[in-house]
Amino acid sequence: MPKKPPTDLQSPLRRKLLVGTAAASAAAMMSSPQQAFAQTFPTAKVNTTGLAVTDTEVTVGILHSITGTMAISETGSVEAEKLAISQINESGGILGRKIKFIQEDGASDWPTFAEKAKKLLVENKCASVMGCWTSASRKAVLPVFEQYNGLLYYPTFYEGLEESHNVFYTGQEATQQIIAGLNWVNETKKARSFYLLGSDYIWPRTSNKIARKHIEGHLKGCKVLGEEYFPLGHTQFNSVINKIKLHKPDVIYAIIVGGSNVAFYKQLKAAGIDLSKQTLLTISVTEDEIDGIGGENIAGAFACMKYFQSLDNPANKKFVEAFQKMWGAKTVIGDVTQAAYLGPWLWKFAVEKAGSFDVDKVVAASPGIEFKDAPEGYVRIHKNHHLWSKTLVGKARTDGQFDVVYTTPDLVEPNPFPKGYQ
Amino acid sequence: MFGYSFGELGSIFAMQAFSGLILFSVFLLMALGLAIIFGQMGVINMAHGEFMILGAYMTYLTSHIFQAYLPGLFSIYFFVAMVVAFIVSGAAGLAVEWILIRHLYRRPLDTLLATWGLSLMMQQAFRTIFGAREVGVELPQWMMGALPVTDVIEVQINGLFVMALTLLITGGVALLMFRSRWGLQVRAVVTNRVMSGAVGIDTRRIDRLTFGLGCGIAGIAGAAFTMIGSTGPTSGQLYIVDTFLVVVFGGAQSLIGTIASAFTISQSQSTLEFFLSGSMAKVLTLLVVIGLLMLRPQGLFVLKVRK
Repeated sequence: MPKKPPTDLQSPLRRKLLVGTAAASAAAMMSSPQQAFAQTFPTAKVNTTGLAVTDTEVTVGILHSITGTMAISETGSVEAEKLAISQINESGGILGRKIKFIQEDGASDWPTFAEKAKKLLVENKCASVMGCWTSASRKAVLPVFEQYNGLLYYPTFYEGLEESHNVFYTGQEATQQIIAGLNWVNETKKARSFYLLGSDYIWPRTSNKIARKHIEGHLKGCKVLGEEYFPLGHTQFNSVINKIKLHKPDVIYAIIVGGSNVAFYKQLKAAGIDLSKQTLLTISVTEDEIDGIGGENIAGAFACMKYFQSLDNPANKKFVEAFQKMWGAKTVIGDVTQAAYLGPWLWKFAVEKAGSFDVDKVVAASPGIEFKDAPEGYVRIHKNHHLWSKTLVGKARTDGQFDVVYTTPDLVEPNPFPKGYQ
Repeated sequence: MFGYSFGELGSIFAMQAFSGLILFSVFLLMALGLAIIFGQMGVINMAHGEFMILGAYMTYLTSHIFQAYLPGLFSIYFFVAMVVAFIVSGAAGLAVEWILIRHLYRRPLDTLLATWGLSLMMQQAFRTIFGAREVGVELPQWMMGALPVTDVIEVQINGLFVMALTLLITGGVALLMFRSRWGLQVRAVVTNRVMSGAVGIDTRRIDRLTFGLGCGIAGIAGAAFTMIGSTGPTSGQLYIVDTFLVVVFGGAQSLIGTIASAFTISQSQSTLEFFLSGSMAKVLTLLVVIGLLMLRPQGLFVLKVRK
């Protein structure tokens, strides 16, 4: 630790001066923009449903796992949401009110998520909640949000098949993540045969189902050579790697998650499968995961996401800089972390358009809301509460970052209930 | 057969045999520490996985120390890391025995709960110290990749490494148990604790050392598994189920039993995984284990003890 600066912090004179300046600046702030807002947007008018909104403050909730198995993934989302909130506050808050957040720990346990969601809505009267990561936790809190008419911003890419009045999905639903990637690998890599792998739960199974329908039904002359699932936490992949060696698919399509992910790529490398020759496309590896896998084990693999930390645009450069300034220069930012960052901003824009914090008015104002300076680029809220966004393909580098090799020319429409894919 | 040609079937056989042997080594390595503790003391150590991960984190730290201060010797850091992992996990085991376990010897079910609590505490400690995210352990170049034998058949270097290590440690433990004075005392205590005490064997000391040894071996296993798996606060949980399966199936008090059970489970799993999908293979393996345990409730090998 650096030594204390020589100035005497305890000096009474200094303290008086400090108090004086603080009061003066507070007074200055009160008199100018905030008071103006308070007159245009009196609390009684912007909050008719008893939410935690005062003349100067509005309370939101952050609900993620910071302990337990899922802490590994959810930490990044919490960091992104806190960054967005502090940036919104610096730029004047929402309708002249600063955001105050209450953070609760879902502890990787789905009933705990439901209980904490109820606490945030009933006891704390949060105007909105940024939270959840796994589909299981979202499904657990969904009835709570619907019963108490809360508002949830959910950041993770997920399997789709859901649309709720009370939830906005800032990540991709399955078709947004899968179809463009398959088309790309089919066109540029001339891929004709695919081997589908996944961890054994709803997201990989639903996603692979969509992938199979697309490969067999929409890509000419393409076939699926195999489709396999492994229990969560599975650590031994040698047998399936042998099988892949024999079948020689053009593309390994992998949706393996968690600790299994690390084991899979390490064993793939150890088995002599060279990812610069064997095409591997994944939708479950972001910069966050590479931290644990090790860049040298996965370099050359392709990932289909909507955001990569290496994206070259001014908004992203600013975002990465601010993020690393707040959370450490070595922190990496994955797809979901960026999606979590969108939540507070999209809510702010919707509240400002609605001129109210009331959930129903915010929901009504949301479709069509744009976020032009999103780190991933332009996004817009669809009337089905998902986001229009572009799909990207990135190639993993040894340093744990991705080179963007493909971007869809247009925004991809979210379609949580895809016809012909179920 | 199954859509493969004759030549392919030969390669399949060779590759699957090798995969099976790697899996066997992995299972044996992770079960050994637990088997020693369970067999000798009757303590079900639910924190076994966390002791393994402690070893893995030690490997992570050692690799960083070598990178920072001894980059020239990085290619051999792994051997140092395993020694460090053994010492640190073993020392942690001794401390845990002294603080927690020795007060619970007469209440075996309570040790289950206490060590489970311990595992949660260790997980949270890892999370606080090393962060919630998984860490990547960098390996020296020579330990990665594979040696090509034919076009299809390739031998994984880290697989060979794990096999050699398992052989070494199992041999070492067998020597210790059956050829050393300490091993004699351990076996005496297993057979009849009260009588051993009566003839002057310090059973408390034996217990503490056994627990420390078991945890130390877990540490080495954890260090070795950084090659094939993840290193994160909860990674230990990935191994714990398979570990218990091997120990219980083998018969709790027998080294031979542990080896035989690791072999049976790994071979059936590896073969089934090839012809079925991963999840189905697991289901079938577990069904076989349940069936055999119904026939032989004590496990494959039972130590004959007059009760």
